[in-house]
Amino acid sequence: RRLRTCWDNMAFTLYSLIQAAILCVNAVAVLHEERFLTKIGWGVDQSVGGFGDEPGIKVQLMNLVRSVRTVMRVPLIAVNSVCIVLLLLFG
Amino acid sequence: MLDFPNDPNMRLRNSSVDGADGSQLFEDTSGAGSASQAGFPGQSLLSDPMSNLAMAYGSSLATQGREIVDKNLDRFIPISKLKYYFAVDTVYVGKKLGLLVFPYMHENWEVSYQQDTPVAPRFDVNAPDLYIPAMGFITYVLVAGLALGTQNRFSPELLGVQASSALVWLIMEVLAVLLSLYLVTVNTDLTTIDLLAFSGYKYVGMIVGVVAGLLFGRPAYYLSLLWCCAAIFVFMIRTLRLKLLSEAAAEGRLVRGARNQLRMYLTMTIAAAQPIFMYWFTYHLIR
Repeated sequence: RRLRTCWDNMAFTLYSLIQAAILCVNAVAVLHEERFLTKIGWGVDQSVGGFGDEPGIKVQLMNLVRSVRTVMRVPLIAVNSVCIVLLLLFG
Repeated sequence: MLDFPNDPNMRLRNSSVDGADGSQLFEDTSGAGSASQAGFPGQSLLSDPMSNLAMAYGSSLATQGREIVDKNLDRFIPISKLKYYFAVDTVYVGKKLGLLVFPYMHENWEVSYQQDTPVAPRFDVNAPDLYIPAMGFITYVLVAGLALGTQNRFSPELLGVQASSALVWLIMEVLAVLLSLYLVTVNTDLTTIDLLAFSGYKYVGMIVGVVAGLLFGRPAYYLSLLWCCAAIFVFMIRTLRLKLLSEAAAEGRLVRGARNQLRMYLTMTIAAAQPIFMYWFTYHLIR
């Protein structure tokens, strides 16, 4: 019992890190621009302003979300398909 | 086919003659073979022209393959940049270890530059390196295995589990610091490898704590861990202050403004995360 409680929060492997990364990127990729982000004020067209000063944290986050969605859209299709096939085969 | 028994000997004599001038088509691998060929006519493997050709082709293919691997590896992992971080010597390692354990007397924390490029760690104590973090990581895994062994909890798989979980947390910490640096838009010249180096310095304190705990018991573990945590905290604050904060704030003057406050908080958070990790990774090793 002691062994389990010790290793509960410690026994991460690289595999679980990859899993967590894929899940996080998927989560960011499903945020729809029109239906969701503009509704809560996180659309990218609402981030204009403050040209002289450096952008704030919210603007940086919005840019990050948008760039992740743009860049990772196609690779995620491939990675997710591979994951699905592997999970179906090996559980 | 009738010429076959004669040809190898002909080729032998020819190649030994050709060895003198540099215009031979193949590498002269039959030179060594010809000395032993006199007594062993049966072993014609090395003197067979086809195998000569095959060996020469194979060696040229291997060289080409190695060049391709080198070129592509350099694209993914910057080997030349990595070499800078391993350019250390014994004096530097000794001074840096002393600095990690006792950073209170050191005065000048700036990295000296030499025509826009930072000086190699061999010449400057303040430059980050990857040798100490790498060695510290490996030593930590071994010491953790040793500590688990004293509690009769050791098995060889545990070494791998320890190593991979420590590596995972290191990667997550570096990613978190990168993300927060991006969000706060700090204009800094800290590279990812620099952050990896700074995050790896805490392994030194962890090793000191665990070894003290193994040798002298729990009170020694807590004392040495406390000392090393404080030392790493001060070390990180003093090192990151110069890189993250603006010039004025780095010199200690109070600078108003939300941005500098945010950067100060960021520095403090990064520095405070180190002792937390240090305790978290070692408390289960000392019973």
